[in-house]
Amino acid sequence: MSQNTKNNTASSIITAMFRKQIFIPLAALLILALFNFIMDPSFFKITLGHNSNGDPLLSGNIISIIDYGSELAILAVGMTLVTAASRGQDISVGAAIAISGSVVLRVLCGTNSRPDELQAPIIVAFIISCFVAMACGAFNGVLVSVFKIQPMVATLILFTAGRSIAAWINNNELPVVTDSTFSVFGGYIPGIPIPTPFFIALACFVVIFLVLKFTTLGLYVQSVGINEETSRLNGLNPALIKFITYVILGLCVAVAGLIKVSRISSINYSVVAKDIEMDAILAVALGGNALGGGKFNISASILGAYVIQFLTTTLYKFQVQSDALPAYKAVVVILLVVLSAPIVREKIAALFRKLRPARAEQNG
Amino acid sequence: MSQKFLTAGKSRRGLIGSLSDTNLLMSITIIVFIAMYLFAIFGLGSGFQKAQTFFNILNANAALIILACGMTLVMITGGIDISVGGMAALVSMSSAVYLDMHSGSVWGAMLISLGIGLAFGLVQGYLIAYLDIQPFIVTLAGMFFARGMTTIVNTNPFNVQNEAFVKLKETRIIIPGMGSYNKRGDYIDAYIEIGVIVALIVVAALFVFLKWTKTGRNFYAVGGNKQSALMLGINVKRTTFLAYLMCGILGGIGGFVYFMHVGSGSATHAAGAEMNAIASSIIGGTMLTGGVGNIIGTLFGVLSLALIQNIVSSIGLDQAWWTGITNASMLCIFLVVQSVIIARRKKANLSSSRPAEAKGAK
Repeated sequence: MSQNTKNNTASSIITAMFRKQIFIPLAALLILALFNFIMDPSFFKITLGHNSNGDPLLSGNIISIIDYGSELAILAVGMTLVTAASRGQDISVGAAIAISGSVVLRVLCGTNSRPDELQAPIIVAFIISCFVAMACGAFNGVLVSVFKIQPMVATLILFTAGRSIAAWINNNELPVVTDSTFSVFGGYIPGIPIPTPFFIALACFVVIFLVLKFTTLGLYVQSVGINEETSRLNGLNPALIKFITYVILGLCVAVAGLIKVSRISSINYSVVAKDIEMDAILAVALGGNALGGGKFNISASILGAYVIQFLTTTLYKFQVQSDALPAYKAVVVILLVVLSAPIVREKIAALFRKLRPARAEQNG
Repeated sequence: MSQKFLTAGKSRRGLIGSLSDTNLLMSITIIVFIAMYLFAIFGLGSGFQKAQTFFNILNANAALIILACGMTLVMITGGIDISVGGMAALVSMSSAVYLDMHSGSVWGAMLISLGIGLAFGLVQGYLIAYLDIQPFIVTLAGMFFARGMTTIVNTNPFNVQNEAFVKLKETRIIIPGMGSYNKRGDYIDAYIEIGVIVALIVVAALFVFLKWTKTGRNFYAVGGNKQSALMLGINVKRTTFLAYLMCGILGGIGGFVYFMHVGSGSATHAAGAEMNAIASSIIGGTMLTGGVGNIIGTLFGVLSLALIQNIVSSIGLDQAWWTGITNASMLCIFLVVQSVIIARRKKANLSSSRPAEAKGAK
């Protein structure tokens, strides 16, 4: 008898664990980490080195994950809100990053593509790019909320035009910023060995957590995502809330764009942030958020983003070509969505129920 | 949102109101297409007066017509498939590798193309129809999978040298009486490629399928309202599955036609084809919400997009980015027009149904 109850509590703890949303990305992270540990323990090695200026900097796979995962994690924040409110995803984020990055360079370099000194302060360039990226978000937002077009189709417009517009902003030239202060955002602050993008991402997380804690935005977004009509009858304005989520995503895009162009102090219109929309959607899905809108969990999405970067780094380590990466990630996406599909879940649950009485009998 | 429902209250709204949605949107597209062509002939002259210019548009877009037809089928059932461009790239690369590196036959390459299309259709259709997963996610993954696989099959782009294939690729069907004289006064025959014939056969077959077969009508019913379709005894899941399966097969055929046109394999082939296919369907009067659509409209959608690109480049805006921008703005305009039309019709239906209710109450 006592054994039976013990068994029950153990299984209920496991089911409770399963129910926790953050379980999925955590489990994925553990599996990946274990896999890497078995294949090659040196994967986790972190070394302290010095760059040419004598400043200390850390290097290693883990550092590169938290470094290159930053843009993705920032985007995942915005994408989670958009997914929750509008029941669809924004696939134009990569193209929007190209636009906002292009704007930053345009403002910094002026008409000359290789100036000796900056034509405007970096902060001004960033603010202008914020406005442009928010305008892109607003464009998508209007199409989705006012014209009621499916989010993925509405954002398809910018997805196609975005990189063309980015090239057009700079007249298809490739401006290069030579000023070293600009590369701080994608590199290292002198004297601090941890890459700056990580701190920028951290700042973004703090801001979004404060916003969600002290405003009703999170609640409203969930309610619109769960049932638009009831939210409207309760006095919310669903169109406005959807619109706001797209503008917030625009802000995230601007920050990610700044980091991206700062990394190489230049831009490549057709390659910058390529396929990042896929990763961002994957991060949201991996975080256990329903892609059909409704409840969301930002921290799970952020963790999901880092897990994906972990996966990317692992694949790179096994010498997978960067062009072939999408194929592997696509398989992961399909596995994830299949496992999280309600029909499959029911079947698995039924299977478990069948197994459990059998086990209880054995114990008895 | 079936067509009948939308056209209720016909008498109140004159000529435009009496057209069903798909016909209204299709008529707009055809009128815009003819107007643009007339503008091109009289405004831009020379090139556009030759029949060959038109045939060239067809030659270059035969594959897109086939892909867009598949897209239309899926969109009529209320879904979407964005993997078609990636599929076309994978098909052309696989066929190219098979023909050149394994010295295969053209028939074998065709079978491979169909096989790839079939596989994509089966998997995506099963996931979407029977496991009830969002079509956009599944086909987005499909698109990335196809693009990634293309690189895995072969990294570097290359031209196919296989003799039988080159012969097939260069087969030209001459259209009598439509040729023109070049600057030296030699007569040049007007021609189309084999792909165009394939595309036109596909369009005709699908037109008949959608208009007069039971399964074809089921597509509209499922897209219009799943619940009512289910109550009418239609197997909704099987119909949805069939739509994606057909789209996959058409993706395979379209991919091979594309391959016949370009004659090379490359991971960047058919970039953005999915977007163009969606845009063409929408411009041709297919509604994203499902239940409304027309293959002939899609054909004109493709032609309009191609024509606008030709016009844009011939008036001097020939930088690469203009193509993307014009395509996107065209799609944007038609999307907005669609959504406005839907909203207005809904309103009109509401207002016309109210007096009827009042009468019934008496």
